[in-house]
Amino acid sequence: MFGLDKKDTSLLIIVAALTMLAPFLLNPFPAESAMAQFNAGYPDLMQRFVIFGIFAIGFNILFGLTGYLSFGHAAFLGVGSYSAVWMFKLLSMNVVPAILLSVVVAGVFALLIGFVSLRRSGIYFSILTLAFAQMSFNLAYSVLTPITNGETGLQLTLNDPRVLGVSSTADGSIPVTNLFGAEMRATYELALGPWNFQFNTGYYLSAILMLLSFYLAIRIFRSPFGMMLRAVKSNQTRMNYTGLNSRPYALAAFVISGMYAGLAGGLMASMDPLAGAERMQWTASGEVVLMTILGGAGTLIGPVLGAGFIKYFENIFSKINESILHKWFAFMPDGLEDTLIALVYPFIGKGWHLTLGILFMLVVIFLPGGLVEGGQRIGRLFRRKKSDEKSDKSSQSTPAE
Amino acid sequence: MDAIILQILNGLDKGSAYALIALGLTLIFGTLGVVNFAHGALFMIGAFCAVTLSRILNLSFEIVDESRTDFLGNPLKFKTTYIETWLGPEMGGTIIEWAVPLAILFSIPIMIAIGFIMERGLIKHFYKRPHADQILVTFGLAIVLQEIIKYFYGANPIPTPAPSALTGSLDFGELLGFQANAVIYPYWRLVYFVFAALIIGGVFAFLQFTTFGMVVRAGMADRETVGLLGINIDRRFTIMFGIAAAVAGLAGVMYAPINSPNYHMGMDFLVLSFVVVVVGGMGSLPGAVLAGFLLGILESFASMNEVKSIFPGIDQIVIYLVAIIILLTRPRGLMGRKGVMED
Amino acid sequence: MSKSNLTRRGLLKTSAVAGAGVALPTIFTASSAAAYMNEPTGSSVTLGFNVPQSGPYADEGADELRAYELAVEHLNGGGDGGLMNTFSSKELDGNGILGKKVEFVTGDTQTKSDAARASARSMIEKDGAIMITGGSSSGVAVAVQDLCQSAGVIFMAGLTHSNDTTGKDKKANGFRHFFNAYMSGAALAPVLQSLYGSDRKAYHLTADYTWGWTQEESIVAATEALGWETVNTVLTPLAATDFSSYIAPVMNSGADVLVLNHYGGNMVNSLTNAVQFGLREKEVNGKNFEIVVPLYSRLMARGAGENVKGILGSTNWHWSLQDEGSKQFVKSFGEKYGFPPSQAAQTCYAQTLLYADACQRAGTFNPCGVAEALEDFEFDGLGNGPTLYRAADHQCFKDVLVVRGKENPTSEFDLLEVVEVTPAAQVTYEPDHPMFAGGNLGSCNPGS
Repeated sequence: MFGLDKKDTSLLIIVAALTMLAPFLLNPFPAESAMAQFNAGYPDLMQRFVIFGIFAIGFNILFGLTGYLSFGHAAFLGVGSYSAVWMFKLLSMNVVPAILLSVVVAGVFALLIGFVSLRRSGIYFSILTLAFAQMSFNLAYSVLTPITNGETGLQLTLNDPRVLGVSSTADGSIPVTNLFGAEMRATYELALGPWNFQFNTGYYLSAILMLLSFYLAIRIFRSPFGMMLRAVKSNQTRMNYTGLNSRPYALAAFVISGMYAGLAGGLMASMDPLAGAERMQWTASGEVVLMTILGGAGTLIGPVLGAGFIKYFENIFSKINESILHKWFAFMPDGLEDTLIALVYPFIGKGWHLTLGILFMLVVIFLPGGLVEGGQRIGRLFRRKKSDEKSDKSSQSTPAE
Repeated sequence: MDAIILQILNGLDKGSAYALIALGLTLIFGTLGVVNFAHGALFMIGAFCAVTLSRILNLSFEIVDESRTDFLGNPLKFKTTYIETWLGPEMGGTIIEWAVPLAILFSIPIMIAIGFIMERGLIKHFYKRPHADQILVTFGLAIVLQEIIKYFYGANPIPTPAPSALTGSLDFGELLGFQANAVIYPYWRLVYFVFAALIIGGVFAFLQFTTFGMVVRAGMADRETVGLLGINIDRRFTIMFGIAAAVAGLAGVMYAPINSPNYHMGMDFLVLSFVVVVVGGMGSLPGAVLAGFLLGILESFASMNEVKSIFPGIDQIVIYLVAIIILLTRPRGLMGRKGVMED
Repeated sequence: MSKSNLTRRGLLKTSAVAGAGVALPTIFTASSAAAYMNEPTGSSVTLGFNVPQSGPYADEGADELRAYELAVEHLNGGGDGGLMNTFSSKELDGNGILGKKVEFVTGDTQTKSDAARASARSMIEKDGAIMITGGSSSGVAVAVQDLCQSAGVIFMAGLTHSNDTTGKDKKANGFRHFFNAYMSGAALAPVLQSLYGSDRKAYHLTADYTWGWTQEESIVAATEALGWETVNTVLTPLAATDFSSYIAPVMNSGADVLVLNHYGGNMVNSLTNAVQFGLREKEVNGKNFEIVVPLYSRLMARGAGENVKGILGSTNWHWSLQDEGSKQFVKSFGEKYGFPPSQAAQTCYAQTLLYADACQRAGTFNPCGVAEALEDFEFDGLGNGPTLYRAADHQCFKDVLVVRGKENPTSEFDLLEVVEVTPAAQVTYEPDHPMFAGGNLGSCNPGS
């Protein structure tokens, strides 16, 4: 189906089913229960899951296939966001032109930076991209404030000269982003008994775009172009000796992944029309590197998993505070309760960075292939139990896809 | 002229910190082939060694003074340090004041121990893994170290002053024959520069003139051959890691009086020191030092008003701009050897 | 395959029955059922405390959170009632807000506008927060205020000092109790004149971002009105940690005052560097060289240690104030946590009480009703003396403190001494003052 082989088709279908049913899957706990703290099925976080999924899928096309480790990809996301917000300010609140422009601008930006940076490889390439991104961030924060609105971030105002559309609505507020009239922020709530599920327009738009991006990524992975990119990774010198110039291929991959980042940036601005300069900081670039490696670089689904993992931590764990802990452990005797809270407290709430750092280390140490490898190991464990007599050899050489 | 001399001094001073951190990074990269993102955290821990020692020296007990009251109207409790009671206010006070220089001695064993533990416990397992994995695991470690410090010391900067004998400033201009007060420079920053020069010199001498250093240098050049000669290169590399950690730590200890330490100061330096290493040439120790000072001076010049009025915002990007130009025109960096990490 | 009895058809049937049973009346859209965003329907109401828990301002965030928890305790009738005893409005009775128990959720702004908005959105969308408050930077405050406007909840700003928050970026749903850069300038100027004279040459170092610029603009305008000359204004990168190369040119510039328009970590480092370079001992033009820090944060000033001694600045509130409200707050806070509150804690506590009181007076949580109750509300007893919440821009007008680093502190909290309490009238400005122009409150948004 769709020009994919059977395995890829089923992967695509599984991912499609997961994203479409996410409002149910991410809200497994009844709204009033103590575990509701761990529910992630609200619009903002679901949008972030898929948008950062797109970002990471795009990054993986570059890093996973060619091995070029870019430390400046956040710059493309930031540029995409700024273009989208400018489109909202000047043209129309419809997200289509905004997203298109953000992809194009990010692509052009990536072409420029890629053209220069790809003259070098290895750690030099990383530092070049890092330098470009940091320059973009520093300038966006200070000198370029007329374009970027600096620290505050570029946002809509009541006096934007919108060519197609109104500057402010009849009741004196800023119009909302929409897709031909369907408001991005519109959410339908479905209450099933104690459960509460939220279906958000913006989420579904992002999810569909993520599925398209994912499909495109599969096609790239399986295409001759993808093979060429893998060749860049495995042995560039040999490739050059065979008379192939590897740079156009690497540059194409760089621009494609830059456009993915631009799409993610444009979508972020469409969901929430504000573009902050921190989106371009090196830590933001580092984050997508972490997502990809954590999930499993070079695998199709890994980056999406990694993105979900990190965003979940950032948004859920940081919100657990001491009084919530007291509620959870309230059933215990006082002394035990206090000890437990004292033990857990450093790792949640304001300590979520600590937990994340520990998890990075654990994953990299024990699962070099990222979460995908973890899944495979578990899968293998079950398969082995079923067919004990089979030799281990067959299951060991599963390619990490 | 005086402005230029001042900026050169500032540049040398900034450069000292860059050079010390980059030196350690290069030692680790050159010997072990590991990209250590936790190196900034080692610098930060060094600074907190100074904070810790000054806290230890300031350990105190409370005396209640009934005649005065605190902010809630209770009798005022004020603290007296143990050390002042034991050694007398004069001797004790002096020791407390000299906490930062004393922390040099205090920090060396701690930093070497941290270095050993890091190398044996974690880095060792990553020699054969891709650079990306090394970056990720050391980055995770950096976050963990930084959060642990934050947990115990809070997020705000902690003042750690230099001894008052060294807090004044030197009339540098008069020494050079300018009019008085034209070029004055803080003593402690001069101390920092001299200290950095000593450490750098020490590391080079160690590598150049000791058998141990010779073996390490040979190992940097060709690890396998050295291993085949029956030399236990692994153990030496562990020691080198400890030394690199100590260099970063000492850089941090002495930096504490310049800017009050906080838990994220390591991250602030990390990116810059990587740029320094690359500009100097991966694996080149003289390159790291040279690039450190060079970029420090360039950064200082870029922040001069005269320069900024021509290129607005140049002080924000100059280091990156220089890095890009150097990498494009001279890929192996200023002093990188041919063939090391070069395309 | 498996041999269980569970067939697909059977599963569908059971779940359909189960679903129909519980789902009957409750399929609705947010717009049709509730009168306004997150209308509290149960016995409790949820407030969202959005403070920096990681990053350089984490300690300030922690202090804000302490104040919020204290405020919630008092609102629910716990503790000693705190400022409800001294507050001029007596609507609050320790029985929650409008009879509903106050609950809260917390989030981490990370002092980044993106993260702050994500965290605020999650509190609104997931936890049903009816009001968002907190923050320790103007960029975050403006970004979150904008979000709350479009989401339809009230935003009670925490520590934000930029003119823009209630100037060009003001919003109908946003309210600020904290003072601003203009007020700092207006309050400092007379004191500067009386202490340092009116023939001075000032050199400004300014953090290169929105807050720094408005702060510089305000203080330059205020000091030039005194007859001071501005020698130079220099922008410094926000990420700078070592300010030596910006301080060095000051020495031979002919200036005799250095104004540091820096906040937080920037301020600690630039002040420390300036003192290292011996500026305090310098004599220029026959006068003592002086350093001024327009916005003081006591928590951060601790980081500069001895260097703050004798340095003038302004602050929103200080625990040594002797009015009834301040004394009561210091007592409640101090007894619970063992140390005096910071200005960030005070503004956050006051904002929570003001919000609760406005709901009580309006008889509703509807943001439009609450906003109306807050607009042009005059009150007293929360510290800072009689205060007006001006309707035109949602800014509080109250006394501003000019403070100086204390020469002989008696404790680690006793860093600042109040030099002068500048009366509100002296720092009041017209809503259309040029430094605040260009904005538009818009109309209040109650959400869907």
